[in-house]
Amino acid sequence: MRKAYLVLVYVFLYTPIAVLMVLSFNKAGLPTAWTGFSTEWYGRLLESPKIIAAARNSLIVAMASTFIATAIGTLLALGVERRKASSGLDALLFMPMIIPDIVLAIALLSFFTLVKFSLGLHSIILAHVVFNIAFVCAVVRARLKSFDWSLTEASRDLGATAFATFRHVTFPLIWPAVVAAALLAFTLSIDEFIIAYFTAGAGQGSTTLPMQIYAMIRFGVTPEINAMATIILLMSFILVLLAQRFNRGSMPGT
Amino acid sequence: MLPGLLWLGILMVVPCAIILVTAFYERGTYGGVDWSVFTFANFARAGEWLYLSIFLDSARIAGLAAFFALLIGYPAAYAISKAAPERQTALLFLAMLPFWTNYLIRTYAWIVLLNPSGLANNFLQWLGLIHSPLPILYNEFAVILGLVYNYVPFVILAIYSALQRLDPSYAEASRDLGATAATTFWRITLPLTAPGVAAGAVFVFVLSIGNFVTPDLLGGGKLQMVGNLIYDQFLTARDWPFGSALSVILIAIMLLLLFAQAVAANRARGEGKSHA
Amino acid sequence: MKTMKWMSAALAAGATMLLAASLAQAADKLVISNWDGYMPKDLPEKFKAETGIELEVAVHATNEEIMGKVVASKGEGYDVLFVSSPFAEALSKLGIAAKLDHGKIPNIANLYPEAAQLTHDPGNSFSIPYAWGTTGLCYRSDVVKAAPTSWNDLLKPADDIKGKTTMLSTDRWLMAAGELALGMSVNEIDPAKLEQVKALLIEAKKTLLAYDDTTFYSKLVSGEASLVQAWDGWCNYGIAEKPEIKYVIPKEGSDLWVDTMVLVEGSKNKDAAYKFLDYILKADTGKWVVENIMYKTPNKAGMEAIDKSMLEKYPNMAIAPADLLKYEQLRDLGDGMKVFSKVVTEITSAK
Repeated sequence: MRKAYLVLVYVFLYTPIAVLMVLSFNKAGLPTAWTGFSTEWYGRLLESPKIIAAARNSLIVAMASTFIATAIGTLLALGVERRKASSGLDALLFMPMIIPDIVLAIALLSFFTLVKFSLGLHSIILAHVVFNIAFVCAVVRARLKSFDWSLTEASRDLGATAFATFRHVTFPLIWPAVVAAALLAFTLSIDEFIIAYFTAGAGQGSTTLPMQIYAMIRFGVTPEINAMATIILLMSFILVLLAQRFNRGSMPGT
Repeated sequence: MLPGLLWLGILMVVPCAIILVTAFYERGTYGGVDWSVFTFANFARAGEWLYLSIFLDSARIAGLAAFFALLIGYPAAYAISKAAPERQTALLFLAMLPFWTNYLIRTYAWIVLLNPSGLANNFLQWLGLIHSPLPILYNEFAVILGLVYNYVPFVILAIYSALQRLDPSYAEASRDLGATAATTFWRITLPLTAPGVAAGAVFVFVLSIGNFVTPDLLGGGKLQMVGNLIYDQFLTARDWPFGSALSVILIAIMLLLLFAQAVAANRARGEGKSHA
Repeated sequence: MKTMKWMSAALAAGATMLLAASLAQAADKLVISNWDGYMPKDLPEKFKAETGIELEVAVHATNEEIMGKVVASKGEGYDVLFVSSPFAEALSKLGIAAKLDHGKIPNIANLYPEAAQLTHDPGNSFSIPYAWGTTGLCYRSDVVKAAPTSWNDLLKPADDIKGKTTMLSTDRWLMAAGELALGMSVNEIDPAKLEQVKALLIEAKKTLLAYDDTTFYSKLVSGEASLVQAWDGWCNYGIAEKPEIKYVIPKEGSDLWVDTMVLVEGSKNKDAAYKFLDYILKADTGKWVVENIMYKTPNKAGMEAIDKSMLEKYPNMAIAPADLLKYEQLRDLGDGMKVFSKVVTEITSAK
């Protein structure tokens, strides 16, 4: 029963993906009408250095901002949950999620311009960390709400330093939530367009994939773009399979 | 805790303060800000019924999206948390995988699926359930569907991480004491996972209300949500002051909701503990 | 512990990536921003071969985006921008578009004389036109019962095309359809007049399939739509797929849209930028524009060099520049933008 439901949900999640994969083999360039099978778009894709460069940039930005935001966000969550509830702090941590991204985008660009901060991939990373911290923090805090702080107290009573307590007691217990948070942050970053567009440097060197795709949709989504999405999907899928085999026994739930 | 606060302080509070303060000034003739006139006119304008109705409508749609996302996501998260331990991470990743493709591309794929001569209509007609295409595109239904689709995985993540460390002995005890599965769920499991549920609901609501791509594409541009409105003010009308005023009001409303959520979560936790 | 090592490794990796990303900054280059596919793909190589200057092409999807970015950053990092005429006008008024020294752009002689009479910038003092055209009705001649002749055929459609129409979603063109139908200026800012346009367009919304700026021509090809508001060049994309598609300028008129290039005032590579502008104005770039993106160009030398069969296949290309100038251009609305924007919000949020 549970399995059947899960399968249904995955069908729901993957149906549009199946559609776009099929469309990547569409002969004509139209996004909606099927005109025959062709792999020419995949060939065109490999000849397009812009798209590949953009994909690489997106990965760099997503990985960097995820690492940084997960680390900072987790520590932030721990710090916040240990003290008494403070609505001011809650509001501050909530803000990056609720500020409309166009506002954050223009605000950051104006700010960077004001302080004459150089723009490039690094400015995008800094910007992405801002909202990712909030999401990471929220996920980890949700886990910490049912955390048994007496364990850490006991650890301290037994003479462990704060750092050791964190390493050996706290962290192993919240590890699944941290992984979930990192996954969330990565997903948010890799697909984010508006903030990336505004905080990017002026040239091609800091173009991310969403930016490239948005610019390419003048004619709707061509099979070439679908081909790229399919490739990304397949690569991610393979990565997941590999990670699964490699990490058997050390992942959450085990 | 300090690095986090510093980061947010410098890279969020300060820049946003600069932009949000423009709400008190006038739009420059060609865009930008005219700093010579201090005024509350933008806030007055933001309170007009035209804009309030857009806020309310967006809240309704975002609320529905959050509701359905929870409905679909909670059981999925539950199923994942009960799956074979070594499979759980993979299942989670699989749930997130579609969302590493591009938002636009996925949305266009839905357009292909939902349009009158698209797969969904063809399938339903082939099944004999309907005889002419359903209007399931370029309207509110499509927008909510699109929002739910894009944010269900976030709900799954949030709830999974709450479920994952739930002590199964609570549920066992409940069953031993004679409670049905349903009662166990409603009185024990759900309250104890309330923070995860709240986090998930908030994610979907917040991400939906500021969304402008989905109403634009799946709604055929015929639906205005707060996200489109603010985007339009900043970019199309180049009216930063008014856009800022709208944002300030949106943020204020959301903060109020945050407090409501925190209160509800605390109360649920209190209830769960006293019954366990 | 293993996970701790993971975390510190992760943080270190993140920091290194941050560093690497920032160090991978581009050196001295000419940076332009354009719509994707709007310029020959090999132009950067050819340009470098001829002038030795490295060209970096950034892309923007809409005018509004690049405007937002440039207004917030004063054009930092960009040297040349491709924007439509009302935006070029705004950039000039905001001091971001530089005054052009025609002496440095000899190829400007390639333009039609009419191209120097554009109302947004007579004499091309701060912008150089790159492509121009009209906005009208694009339709399936094999599907519609009667060929459309008026904007009202779109706004008050016949029964056979109800629910199969689209309008452009960009605010200026959305309103222009209504303004032209009512005989008003496309730059109207009188609130009373705008109310009339609003009423007309809210009624029209009831039979509208969607507002669409990008896939309207493919909707025509697939049959989802039968009559759409379209830019002439885009209608040509539909015609290329399905010859039954036709373009017509309604009897009430059209607007003359012009895509232009501006030189950013804060650019540090102005001489290189001038060389670029001059290069673009060569005849073969103009020819490329017509033959590849099916737009008309104000580049006389380019238009005269094209394959004449294009004019038969795409009749809207044959319109004479003098006729184009009969149509009103979209201008920046200045302070009238607030009222205009409110009316547009009322239309798009109407149920």
